Order: sequence, then C-alpha cells, then structure tokens
Amino acid sequence: MTLDIGRRGVLAGGLAASLAGCAGEGDKRWPGKLLGADFDRGHALRDLDPARALAETGPEERVGVLIAGGGVAGLATGWRLAEAGFDNFTLLELEDEPGGNARGGANTVSAFPWGAHYLPIPNREAKALIHMLKQFGMIIGEEGGAPLYDPYQICADLEERLFWQGAWQEGLYPATGLSADDSAQRDRFSAAMAAFSRATGRDGRPAFASPMALSSRDETYTALDGGTFAAWLDQQHFTSGPLRAYIRYCCRDDYGAELEHVSAWAGIRYFACRRGWAARNVSDRELVWPEGNTRLSHDMAKRIAPHICPAQSLVHAAPQEGGGVLALAYDHKAKALRRYRADALVLAMPQFVARHLVAGISAQGLTYAPWVVANITTSRCPEGPGVPLAWDNVSAASDHLGYVVATHQTASGADGPTVLTWYTALSQGKPEDQRRMMLTRPLAEWQRLIAADLLAMNPDLTGAIQSIDVWRWGHAMIRPTPGFLTNPARLAGEALSGPVFHAHSDISGLSLFEEAHYRGVLAAEATLSFLDTPYESLL
Amino acid sequence: MSVFSDDEAPAPASDSPVPAEGWSRTHAAILLLSVLVVATCGLIYELLASTLASYLLGDSVTQFSTVIGTYLFAMGVGSYLSRFVRGDELGTFIRVEVMIAMLGGWSAAGLFLAYPLADDFRLLLYALVLLIGMLVGLEIPLLIRILRGRFAFRELVSNVLTYDYVGALIASLAFPLFLVPHLGMIRTGMVFGLANVAVAIALLLVLREQRRVGGDLLASALVAVSLIVGLCLAERIQRYSEVAYYGEGVIHARSTPYQRIVLTRRGGELRLYLNGNLQFSSRDEYRYHEALVWPVLGRVAAPRHVLILGGGDGLAAREVLKDKSVQHIDLVDLDPEMTRMFRQTAQLVALNRGSLSDPRLSVTNADAFRWVRQARGSYDAVLIDFPDPTEYSLGKLYTESFYREVSRLLAPDGVMVVQSTSPLVAPRSYWTVASTLEASGLAARGYHVYVPSFGEWGYTLAAHDPARLASAAVLPAGLKFLTPAAERLMFDFPPDMARRATPVNRLDNQALVRSFSEEWSHYEG
Repeated sequence: MTLDIGRRGVLAGGLAASLAGCAGEGDKRWPGKLLGADFDRGHALRDLDPARALAETGPEERVGVLIAGGGVAGLATGWRLAEAGFDNFTLLELEDEPGGNARGGANTVSAFPWGAHYLPIPNREAKALIHMLKQFGMIIGEEGGAPLYDPYQICADLEERLFWQGAWQEGLYPATGLSADDSAQRDRFSAAMAAFSRATGRDGRPAFASPMALSSRDETYTALDGGTFAAWLDQQHFTSGPLRAYIRYCCRDDYGAELEHVSAWAGIRYFACRRGWAARNVSDRELVWPEGNTRLSHDMAKRIAPHICPAQSLVHAAPQEGGGVLALAYDHKAKALRRYRADALVLAMPQFVARHLVAGISAQGLTYAPWVVANITTSRCPEGPGVPLAWDNVSAASDHLGYVVATHQTASGADGPTVLTWYTALSQGKPEDQRRMMLTRPLAEWQRLIAADLLAMNPDLTGAIQSIDVWRWGHAMIRPTPGFLTNPARLAGEALSGPVFHAHSDISGLSLFEEAHYRGVLAAEATLSFLDTPYESLL
Repeated sequence: MSVFSDDEAPAPASDSPVPAEGWSRTHAAILLLSVLVVATCGLIYELLASTLASYLLGDSVTQFSTVIGTYLFAMGVGSYLSRFVRGDELGTFIRVEVMIAMLGGWSAAGLFLAYPLADDFRLLLYALVLLIGMLVGLEIPLLIRILRGRFAFRELVSNVLTYDYVGALIASLAFPLFLVPHLGMIRTGMVFGLANVAVAIALLLVLREQRRVGGDLLASALVAVSLIVGLCLAERIQRYSEVAYYGEGVIHARSTPYQRIVLTRRGGELRLYLNGNLQFSSRDEYRYHEALVWPVLGRVAAPRHVLILGGGDGLAAREVLKDKSVQHIDLVDLDPEMTRMFRQTAQLVALNRGSLSDPRLSVTNADAFRWVRQARGSYDAVLIDFPDPTEYSLGKLYTESFYREVSRLLAPDGVMVVQSTSPLVAPRSYWTVASTLEASGLAARGYHVYVPSFGEWGYTLAAHDPARLASAAVLPAGLKFLTPAAERLMFDFPPDMARRATPVNRLDNQALVRSFSEEWSHYEG
C-alpha cells in the first residue's frame, strides 16, 4: 500500500514537474516549510490511561467554566462569556496559537491566511455575529436601518475572476463559449436557488438559514437531505458541463467535498442561505482581510487573552456525582498533567477528537475532508489576459481551487510583491486515503504541483515565485453527507446538557465561521443558564 | 553561395537566345507573377526603412527623402552589377530572392532591436538600405534576361515593367492603409520576406525535375522558417523593442517592481510613459502642471505645508516651490526608481529644476493608499496626481474611502486638487471624481484645460469650505500659461462636458474603473 502511494506520488510529481518544465521553472527548488497541526502533540498521550490518571489524587485547579479547544467555537464561547461579564473561565488550546482553521501567518510582504479567509456579510438572523462585528469595528454604523460595513473590510472590487478558455473573466461562472442550453440551465438553476432562498417552511422559518440551526424543519426541505446533491441535480436535469463545474467548485470550496458526497440539502443551502443584511448594496459581498479569518479569531482572543492557556490539551473529563466536572489536561510545555475541577465543561473540539476524551460522545458517520493550503510569495503580482487581478482567482481548467491575493485590500499598486494563498480540497476518493497521501507527500513534490498549477493559469509568474510554504489540514472540514441532518452523533452534540456542553461547527455539520461562532455563543449561553448566571441573550 | 558567378554551370554564350530546355508557359507565368511579387516587396522594404527612420530619427521629410534616394541609388548599383552575372541566371535570381527575403523580412525587426545597441544607428540603417537596394536592383535585369526569348522584346519590356509598376502601386497603397495599422512594421517585414522566399521556393519546385535543387531548397526553407518564427514572435519583439512600441527614440527604459518607466525623445521633446501610458510631454507639461498647482495654491492664503500624492517626476513640486510661503512639501510616490531617476538624470533635473533635491521637499516611497491611512498632520494644500484609473488597483486611489483619509489630512482652510482624466472623452468618469469627493464630505468644483499632448484635460478642486472654491485665485506673475482670465475660463464647462449624474466610486463597486474603461474604449474605437 505504501509502495503504491509512493508510486502514485512519484507519477503525480513527475507530471507536475514536466508541466512546470514547460513553464520554464524546470527543476527549480523553492524555499518553504511543510506545516500542519502538531501531530506529535495530538498523539502524545495515546499510551496514557486517562481514567486511572484522573483517579490519582493531585492538586486541582478550580474554575467556573473550562473551555477545551481554542478554535473559532471555543473563542466564541469565551467571547460570549466575557460579554456577559462572566470571567471565571479558562480556555485550553492544544497549539501555541488559538484560532483553529482561522489561523494565519505573516512575512515581510504581507500577512496571509492558513485556512478560512472570508466571512460573507451575515444574515439578519445572525444576531450574535453582528453584535460582535460592531464591537470589532467591522460594522461602523447604520444607514437606512441596516448595518454599514467598514469599506476597507468589504472585499474590494474586483472580487472574483475565472481563467476560462485562455483568458480571465469577471465572476466565477463562464460568460462566453456557452451553448444556448448551458445558458438556459444556468438561468433555471439561478431561479431555482432564488426560490429556495425566498422559501419559508410551515414552521414560519426560512427554508435555509445562516446559522443553519435556524432553518425550517419542514420536511419539504429537510427531505432533501436524503440524497446527494449530484442526484438532485441529475433529477432536475441540471446537466450542463459548465454549470456542474461551477456548482462543484462552490461545493468543494465550502464543504471540501464532491457533489456526489454532499447532501442535496447542504448543496442547496450554499446557494440559498445567504441574505446578507447591509447598507449600500453590499449584501452579497464578503468581509476579507490580508490574514483571512485570523482577524476575527485574533480579535476574539484579544478580548479573552488572560483566560487562554496555550499548549494544553484536554486528556480526559468526567462529570462528577456531586456536580461539576473533573478534567485532566496535559501541559505540552511543562510536560505535565494538570487537573481541573470545573462547574461546567465546554467541549469546543471536533467530535472525532471529543469522543476519545469524554464518555458517551460518538463520531459515528462523521467524515472530514483533508485540505492543503499553500502560501506563495511572489516578487510581482499575477496578471494575465482579460480582466485584471481579483481577490479570488480560479482556473476552470484546474482541479484545485485557485488563489486569493493577500495584498488585495491593503495595496493600490498591482505590480509589487505579494502573497498568494492557494487552496485545494482533497475531495476525490476516500478522505482517509487522501489524508494518507497528503501526509506522505514530501514538500518538494507539493511545491512542484502547486507551482505547476499556478503557472498554468499565470505563466506571467515564471521566475517570480520566491517561496512556497505548505500547510496540510488532515481534518479541515466536516463533510455534510446525506443524512447529516438526522445523524444521531450530530444530534447528540446538539442535545448535550450540563455540566458538559458541546460547541463546534461539527454540530452544524458545516465547517464555516458563522456556524462555529453560533455554536460557541449557544454553548456559552446554555452554560450561563446552567450556572444560573443572568444574561441577556444575543441570539 | 555566390551571386555573381556560378562556377558549376557551364557558361553558355552570353546572349544565347532561348534558355534551358523544358520551358513551358507555366514557367513564364510564374516568372511574370514573381515580377509583381518582387516589385511589391521591394517597395515595401523601402517604405519600411523610411518610416522606421523617421520614427527613430525624427524629421520625416529628410528621412524619407534620404532613404528613398539611397535605396534607388542602390538599385542602380544592383542593376549595374547584374552585368557581371554570367551563366545560371535563374539560379542566381533564386538566391537573390532568398537573400532579400532574409534581409528585407527581418529589416524592421532587426533595426528596432539594434536601435538601442548600435553606436551609430544611421550607419547601420544606410548599410542595410544599400544592401537590400542592391539586391532588389538585381532582380528586374535578371528576370528580363531569364524571360528573353519567351516573349518578343517589345512584349517582354512591356510585361515586366507593367507588373513592376502595378506591384509598386499595390505596395504604396497597402502600406499606410492596411499594413502599418493592422500588421505593424515588424510583421509587415516578415510577411513580405515570406513572399520573396515563396517565389524562390515556387521556382525551385518547378525546376526540381531538371536540376539538383536540394541545397537551395534547404536554404529557402530555413529562411522561411526563420520568418515564420519571427512572425509568431512579432508581438514579443515589439514589446521587447520599445522603440517599435513608442515610435520614438527611447533614451531611458527601466522595469521596476511597480511599473515600466520609459523616457523617449523626439527632436527636442521628452516624453515619459508609465506602463505605456503617456505621463507628460516636455513640450506642454507646463500647461498641465500650472493648471494642477496654481488653482489650489492661489486659493490658500499662505500655503505652508503641502502634500503631493503621486507626481514622482517632480514637476508639480517645481511649481509648488515657486511659492515662497511654502515651508515643506511631503511627496509620496510608490516607486523609488521613479524619484531616483528624476533626481539624478540631467535632462530630467533640468525639466523639474532639481525640485526633488530641494531641502524643503521630502520624498516618501510608499503606496499612497496605505500611507494616507496612517498619516498624521495638517496640510494647507494637497495635490493628487495619480495615473488614470485604468485598473482596479489604481481605482482605489479615487474612492470615497481614500478621499475621507485625505480630507482628514487637509487643513480646515486647505484646498486640494485631483487629476481627474478627460471630461471630454470620459465625462461620466470625470464627474464621478466630483461626486466621490462630495460623498466623502468635501465641497468639489471641476475645471479643465487644453494640453495638446493629452487633449482636453480635467481636474477637480475640493475643500472643507465651499467658499474657498468659489473665491478667485491669486496667481503669481511669470507663469507661462495661467493668468487670472485664463484661470476663470477653466471653470466653464460647455454642454458636451457638462456635469452629469454619476455614482460614487467605492472600494466595493469601483464604478470609476468600469466607466473609465468603457468611455475610453469608445474613444479609442
């Protein structure tokens, strides 16, 4: 098996190298780093018998609320507690930096994201999120009763461009070279999605909401979760090649999965849930920053900085008979176990991890998509025939997801050095196979593949690539596969009641900032209720 | 390969009547057709050399006259030399064709590429003209000799000269009407080179049953391949050789991380291009810069602190420094190479009168979009002189957000101006600047001026206090263009440039870049 993967790797690498050779980059080696979650830390405690360790006596740290996990959901839990004036909490984060998928880096050219990199203008129903964006200066006022967003943080025009038939064009859907049927199908698809977007269920809720928990439970819509998006598209005769390619791109971009893997409910949700609430006609736009969603996670972390304990991971936790939770954590810096006694525990981590730490949690039926993100520093900005550089640049001929430009918001010169953040979802085949391939492929091979993909759409960058750093996300995104709405493991996460609460985008089944934030706020408010602490709900 | 003798062929008697065996009417027809082709090609090379010389050296009457004269003289030399061609006239003709194809075909590309390298470009130019002229001069006498006996002498002279003159007509009409505008000079050369070599190859193919043509065919094929490659690379050669692109003598060209800076000279006129867009011509830049600077400074009682955004050429600064009340100028320009060039190159320093080295001025090389967001201070006058909003990146420097930052830096009594593209060519774009300044909370007032190298050009004044804009400007004496009367006139907009309703240019809509490219593309057709 290993041999087989090795051979495939060599083949892919060889192909990539020959492509790069055509583009004149030959056997070029770039400086760069191969990065990823701290696997050693993650697996450090596999040999430990946590139940026995917990039973041994030792000094205990008393805390009101223990938040385990410093990704977006954990940070949002802490932020929400702090908003309520509750400050008796501690947040444990395995890595040295909190942020989870919303992490980033910086070099002399620019800050850049390592993962999630934009936030759609939130819907009216995302009240807690809007509250937070006001606090962080992203909403700067009101105009005509709607939030007025800071123009520097809304993605500047040009937002997207597509490399299609040898030239760049605006938007992500091809505008030329389409048959009459392609155009008719595209129009019919847009109309169908617009109808879903307007639809309301019998329970009075929108058919598709963001956060998803506020969506209608009406079976007319939830029944869509029974099959794959691909099957639904076939059944509706959405068969046009360019249309399917566009929809596939969207699905992989948001869910890291193919149309054949994604539930039709989730697929339609992508197109039908966004009803951004904003003044000045920017409701369909995105908030973006050079460092991506790191901006949001940093702002949250800044507010609760004294509560964050980096390099500590929960090892085991158990509710106690007399109330409260006893938790064991490992301090990776001190290389020592620490015991916490908390009134409540918020598990802000994916379920495939949580199930090892707390009894009664299952990850049955949950699968996760691996991703690779690269940051490519270039001595000049990309160009190309057709429309000029956009924030998001995608090639219709590539099987990867294109790149975003880190300096898009901050610079006015289109020619200077920049950092391009390149994305791919390893969505074909089984996630575990892709994950293994991802982890065994060496840096040089990733760099060759990434450079070849970039130079195929931007031959103008020949000779301009200065470094390629690669981040591997083993479990980047939960995959909303058919049946995820009724998956018992997911519903159990939703139903957990004190003293252990669960806060993670896994519970939404959608790995999106707004979902993680909502789950964090929800868990924080449930914890406050559980502890009889008064608060005014932000939901 | 020798042109003037052919040692291998038995030398026939010099005036032998009918040449080689196996001649048919087809051969004669091909040869007559080749008269038409070679005549057209010959004139094209002559026109290429003349046009190129007047592009590069200026003074078109002199260049056309001397190049054509030299070329005709060289043809005479060629005709004279034809008497020394003995023996295989057809073989010699074919080889002459191949050589003309090579030299003539590559002449335009070669001269463009050689221009910046050659110490004495004239020498090279005339040497090439002489060589091509001589070879072309060989063609007709040789053809007449080859065809003699196929036609009666009376008919022969008539035929050859008729085709010759018809070819000349075709060339002289096609060259200005179609070839230069649509193919460009480099491609034109290549295409006609291919026509020459096609004549050679056609004749060789016809002859291949009667003699060995392998070597000649190979040489022809190589020349043809080189011309086809040249044709494919024409675009690149053109870009690589900026003289071809600008049609003017390039005296300085440099690629920086931000832009391509090219300085050209034609006669006494200096021009600066950034990424191919004209920034100024030394002939009339005083009109542009006086109109940029004095309506602002003339409305501020005693401007002490002045901010210039863009303007790395130091020409706006030159005007500002004439005002003795100015104590300090901050100049922010993206490109260090640009400001270095305009501080150090003698011809440019003469133009901006050393403004960039003045102790009252400090240069910051930064992206103005970032710089204004973190800048502090209060400026009595702000001059914004950015390139036109041709791209989204540049469009950011014309947005409401940007003007809000600038208005924060503008003193309560201060006045600012924005270079705002042509109100005649792009009225919607022009007035978008005013709408956008107003949306940022400032009062705005447009004016325009005629700058010959740009055409009708527009600016927008802005201030916190509308009364500042309404007041009359106090102008210094001794300006070349602006007088109080001329200044007043600039604020009058006839109906074709009159204010119209426009959107506000924001970061998220880039309304200006969109209307700008639309309006200018209509204009450029």
